[in-house]
Amino acid sequence: MLDRKDKNRSGPSFNRRNFLKGSGAAVAATALATSQELAAAQNNNISKITSAEPTTITLNVNGKDYDVTVEPRVTLLEVLRDDLNFTGCKEVDDRGADGADTVLVDGKATLAGSRLAIECVGKTINTVESLRNGDQVDPVVSGFVKHDAMQCGFCTPGFVMATRAFLNEHPKASLEEIRHGLGGNICRCGTYAGITACAMELAQKGGA
Amino acid sequence: MRPFEYARPDTEAEALEMLNDHGGNTAVLAGGTDLISLMKRELVTPDRVVDLKNVPSLSEIREEDGGVRIGSLVTLDEMQKHPLLNNYQSLRHVIDGIRAIQIQHMGTLGGDLCHLPNCWYFRSGYGLLAIERGVSLVEAGDNRYHAIFGNQGAAKFVSASRFAPGLVAWGARVEVIGPNPQQSESIPLEHFYITPKLSNQGVTVLKPGQLISHIWLPVARQQQSATYEVLQMEGLDWPLAAAASCVEIEGGVVQSAKIVMGHVAPTPIVATAAATILLGNALTVDAANLAADIAVSQATPLSNNGYKVQLARTAVKRSLLKAIGHPEGGI
Repeated sequence: MLDRKDKNRSGPSFNRRNFLKGSGAAVAATALATSQELAAAQNNNISKITSAEPTTITLNVNGKDYDVTVEPRVTLLEVLRDDLNFTGCKEVDDRGADGADTVLVDGKATLAGSRLAIECVGKTINTVESLRNGDQVDPVVSGFVKHDAMQCGFCTPGFVMATRAFLNEHPKASLEEIRHGLGGNICRCGTYAGITACAMELAQKGGA
Repeated sequence: MRPFEYARPDTEAEALEMLNDHGGNTAVLAGGTDLISLMKRELVTPDRVVDLKNVPSLSEIREEDGGVRIGSLVTLDEMQKHPLLNNYQSLRHVIDGIRAIQIQHMGTLGGDLCHLPNCWYFRSGYGLLAIERGVSLVEAGDNRYHAIFGNQGAAKFVSASRFAPGLVAWGARVEVIGPNPQQSESIPLEHFYITPKLSNQGVTVLKPGQLISHIWLPVARQQQSATYEVLQMEGLDWPLAAAASCVEIEGGVVQSAKIVMGHVAPTPIVATAAATILLGNALTVDAANLAADIAVSQATPLSNNGYKVQLARTAVKRSLLKAIGHPEGGI
């Protein structure tokens, strides 16, 4: 990234990170500065033209609403990782050529690093963290474990989300379709055989 | 990325108004798979980004004048499933070749048509013409992915659009709207691309404040079509060369044919002479071979990309055979 350090991410009077620490809660809805902002956030609405300055927006991530104060140039990946601590999605290549930043936006596999956070206002965002519910994990996650589909693990969350999205849409996919659908994810360790085996097993069961 | 305003219009007219502020130093945001990366590299530095995703009229596919009108914001997965596009196989072949569920979800047809070249000199900040101190970096440097046609001027990059060859072969038109909300013109896609001669020129006829609102495909009668892309990798990759064909065969002979090569020149290249020799004859492997020879006979490869001539030749041959379902058309 050329200029991550000088990005003005939060407003001058409000430090989100400290707020989150202090409150011990991830939901920061009470931190809204004015009633006007609150109304805008509740409507999941942003004005038609948003200035280049930091603006408070509401993002729905893994079923909860979060308020973040970011400039329009901040990507969804940066918000998820740096502001909201959903560090499952990874940045590998900032041109969107690797798929490690895959999350679901309204159910569709999306490269979080190639989408502005502000574009996602009013949408439902799901990260890999949403695939865990207490002790239960999504079959794609357990399938990755079963088929030893990871080595260093860095690409794994993006691969898991791409696999989840792919199987949601193609529950009975063939091996060839799986290889094509997941072609946007790169694993430098070369764990593709395990990943396709996992996806194939789930596809044979109807995509669960 | 440099700071920019973010605008989210609800209508086409509103979008054009928003694009015309800041003296036109604005950018259209569709799927973002190209623009966001260009802005990260600061190759595009707009004062305002106009996000078209909330303009409903730009996301429709519908029948019009017997043909099909596709909104420029329609995504690749929406095109893949849409029954109105069943007869336009060459477009489906392109989507099959984009082997990433993420790009199929995010990428839009209008975005593909306006995708800027992937030339590594351009992407590294040397401009579209990549000329430094009077020397063409492409000519003097590594040009293995560059143009083998139309490369005698300053521009030596290849057009990046993957749908353009198939759409031009079908005779598609694009609706360009703006800069004023009342302005709209329909132009053949074939005339949409230009080869820049000066560093301040772009790769299309679009002027600041204009955008593609729709793509119109003529009625599909008996034509058969195919796109053949030569891809090096199994995963997400850009073609080294591609060709699309659209042929109409009646009584065993070719009645009409159009062949368009992609990723071989700064614009899609219509292979007129190659298509003409097919007319009135059966479309056999020999005929496809002959057409392919003619299609690449005028190629002028650079120092490192002579191999692309054979790839383009093969793409032409296979696109013709694939269109008629011949086994030598490959997959």
